[in-house]
Amino acid sequence: MKDRNQQAFVEEAKELLAGLEEAVLEIERDPLNTELIGKIFRTMHTIKGSSAMFGFESIASFTHELETAFDCVREGTMQVTPELVTLTLASRDHIASLLLVVEDGLQVDEALTSKGNAILRQLRTLMPQAAEPGVAAKTPAATVSDPNADSQKSVLYRIYFKPPENIFLRGLNPANLIEELAAMGDEEHVVHADSPSVQEPEGADLCRSIYDILLSTAHPAEGIRDVFIFVEEDSELRIEKLYDAAPLGKDKWQPLLETMRASKGVPTSSLQALINETEGRREKVKVDATADGGTGRHQEQRAIHSIKVPSERLDKLVNLVGELVTVQARLTIAAMNLTDPTLTQIAEEVEALIAELRDNAMSMRMVPIGTTFMRFQRLVRDLSVELGKEIRLVTEGEDTELDKTVIERLGDPLVHMIRNSIDHGIESPDMREAAGKPRTGTICLSAAHSGTNVNVTVSDDGRGFDVEAIRLRAVAQGMIKPDSHPTEQELFAFAFAPGFSTSKEVTSVSGRGVGMDVVRRNIEDLGGKIEIASKQGQGSTFTLKLPLTLAIIEGLLVRVNDELFVLPLAAVKECVELPPWNARRGNGGQLINVRGEIVPYVRLRDYFEMTGSAPSIEYAVIAEVEGKRCGFAVDSIIGEQQVVIKSIGKSYKDVKGISGATVLGDGALALIIDIPVVLSTAESERERLLRLASADVRVESSGSLAIRGEAQ
Amino acid sequence: MDESMTETTQYLTFKLEDEVYATTISQVREVLEYSKVTKVPRTPDYMRGVINLRGRVVPVLDLKLRFGMNRTEQTVNTCVIIVEVDMDGETMIIGALADSVQEVIELDASLIEPPPKIGTKLNTDFIRGMGKRDDKFIIILDIDRVFSAENLGAVRATMAEPETVAE
Repeated sequence: MKDRNQQAFVEEAKELLAGLEEAVLEIERDPLNTELIGKIFRTMHTIKGSSAMFGFESIASFTHELETAFDCVREGTMQVTPELVTLTLASRDHIASLLLVVEDGLQVDEALTSKGNAILRQLRTLMPQAAEPGVAAKTPAATVSDPNADSQKSVLYRIYFKPPENIFLRGLNPANLIEELAAMGDEEHVVHADSPSVQEPEGADLCRSIYDILLSTAHPAEGIRDVFIFVEEDSELRIEKLYDAAPLGKDKWQPLLETMRASKGVPTSSLQALINETEGRREKVKVDATADGGTGRHQEQRAIHSIKVPSERLDKLVNLVGELVTVQARLTIAAMNLTDPTLTQIAEEVEALIAELRDNAMSMRMVPIGTTFMRFQRLVRDLSVELGKEIRLVTEGEDTELDKTVIERLGDPLVHMIRNSIDHGIESPDMREAAGKPRTGTICLSAAHSGTNVNVTVSDDGRGFDVEAIRLRAVAQGMIKPDSHPTEQELFAFAFAPGFSTSKEVTSVSGRGVGMDVVRRNIEDLGGKIEIASKQGQGSTFTLKLPLTLAIIEGLLVRVNDELFVLPLAAVKECVELPPWNARRGNGGQLINVRGEIVPYVRLRDYFEMTGSAPSIEYAVIAEVEGKRCGFAVDSIIGEQQVVIKSIGKSYKDVKGISGATVLGDGALALIIDIPVVLSTAESERERLLRLASADVRVESSGSLAIRGEAQ
Repeated sequence: MDESMTETTQYLTFKLEDEVYATTISQVREVLEYSKVTKVPRTPDYMRGVINLRGRVVPVLDLKLRFGMNRTEQTVNTCVIIVEVDMDGETMIIGALADSVQEVIELDASLIEPPPKIGTKLNTDFIRGMGKRDDKFIIILDIDRVFSAENLGAVRATMAEPETVAE
């Protein structure tokens, strides 16, 4: 798509659709919430309007019918039913696919059109026959008298109140009455006549004030009148509805108040004209802007306080800051060496500023996890309907922020885990009732900070793991001995073994593990860990421990020849000396004895085919990968360091065993070692060399299987 | 090729051993002094490694090794020419080692002749044309081709089996 305006429309529409989904799912739980109905209606209206404006007739005409339906809902001639919700969600998806077509600059094809028509046909069957678009605005305020006042939408009233002169003598204070009004909703007022404020001077006998009040409340007019019940008889009281088409935020009242202040007793009709003038225009431009109440106001604030920036620019900023950090380290060293007090002071100031800049830049890449969570409401709804279960998804900690890369890659594993919980965790409603649990199962998705990690948990109140069944299964598969009794944690870990519980036998009993090995791999790729807690019959909790960011990791700096390498510290368990007498052991392979335990190791010098010879005493970094320990022999170990990960680029994309590079304090580069890849390639190469060696009937007596050495 | 040579173009000239080479200035980003290059293991010799260019990891190639000459040794004149190369439709930043950088010259299209079929040490695919200046020849390189992924890939393929190199 070439046109930038059209692109902007598509992006806006996508956001609106996301909001729409949220609102539709919410309204299913709260069908009488007029505010939500209004929101859905306005979203449809905006999509319709702007798609027509940019020439996307297909979207405009489709959305039009949907808008009409919600217009009926708004008027009360149509109910929010599960069917309507399902259809609205289907329509949302249809609009989304229309948007995709439009985005690619293609024409809407037959299949899509007929799909849309099918949705609309079903929608029409739900709609009252007389429903005609556009008659909505003239509905009388009959709904206001609905007893269920709290769920009514806010209406703006203008209350003109001239209290009796002797009101104080009766033990009443107009200020108290106004406070009572303020408790019913948003309130502002103008005071006319002699007194400048509500606060009457103490001891004043007579009240000569006139109060002109604006009140936005969900309470009916009768409720307002009740406030004045004691004074109504001998005061002048007029309660008039000013505006009810949409909630009108308090921030929009200023022009009204000014008019009221300027002329005492200005007619209500002229105030209404003023609203219609400003609101009518605004509604065309951006419907959501007029929304009041919790969600509406929240969104409004967000719109003002945030701007969109392409993520590449952010990445670039973070890169630049990373570079600045290294330059600053050099500056600090240089300043120290020169011992010039002025320079030292400047260097210190720069250091402080850059530290702050770095924190800020990193925080820009952080996004709240809430958007990811929102996707799952839909997933849970659709899947539970499909499986005939009653499931409620509760989310917590939506504001928890994570690096955007982590968030992007977290989606799929979470889908897997939630599907798992729905499919195998939560029992059918009847089974739940029989077990003395509420029919509706609950899945809780939460996120919280914990140190430098973020914990994301998926918990359900389903049947939990059947520990004994897992043990038996593990025995049957030869993973453990029949007489061994591993801990629960060890048994849970089997759920992640590839192919372990995909077997029906276990699925029907404990029912976990479909694709869970994939989940674990994804999480480990992100540098995270996964933990399980479960109690049979009471549910399970999966906890994902994720690093805050991928851009910076803790690394162990090691040296081979003059080259520096970084081993990710998360995998490193310990470092040991590797003296020759220990290193040469083993038969054909490279093994090291670590306190009695035999650990295979890879000599990085050999693996990377580096020239030169190793020092007499090498060091081995013992790492743990997928539960297996293995060593990396290096010349020396320098120490721990926080490293900013950088890609080494396309030209090196085929290099095995290097996952990136990082800039060191002196501006030099160190390569970051991809531990699992090094191990797997080293293993396959060793096997190949062993084959070669045995074919030649020549086995290296030293046991060191240097690749070049063998091949010559 | 003809249309690109109908007007005067600026070139950056540099030396590899005793011969003068050139590349269009529009592809040159900057010229750096030679600094420590971090070798990436298991890569061909002519891929000298990576350097840190203001936070960006940039691969450095040894043009002489690439062209079958001797390895570029570090002298006071050794330079890294940072060029922008079009690789599979993507612009990549690559450093090329040169024994020394000479100057920026303007060459009229009429002074550039097509690459000779024989008589050069390097693959004529890499040559865009032969420029003539003060009766001396300047070999104008097609930098995109020198660094094309396909060509680099060809060498990488031989590296996949380590013993092939050793033998």
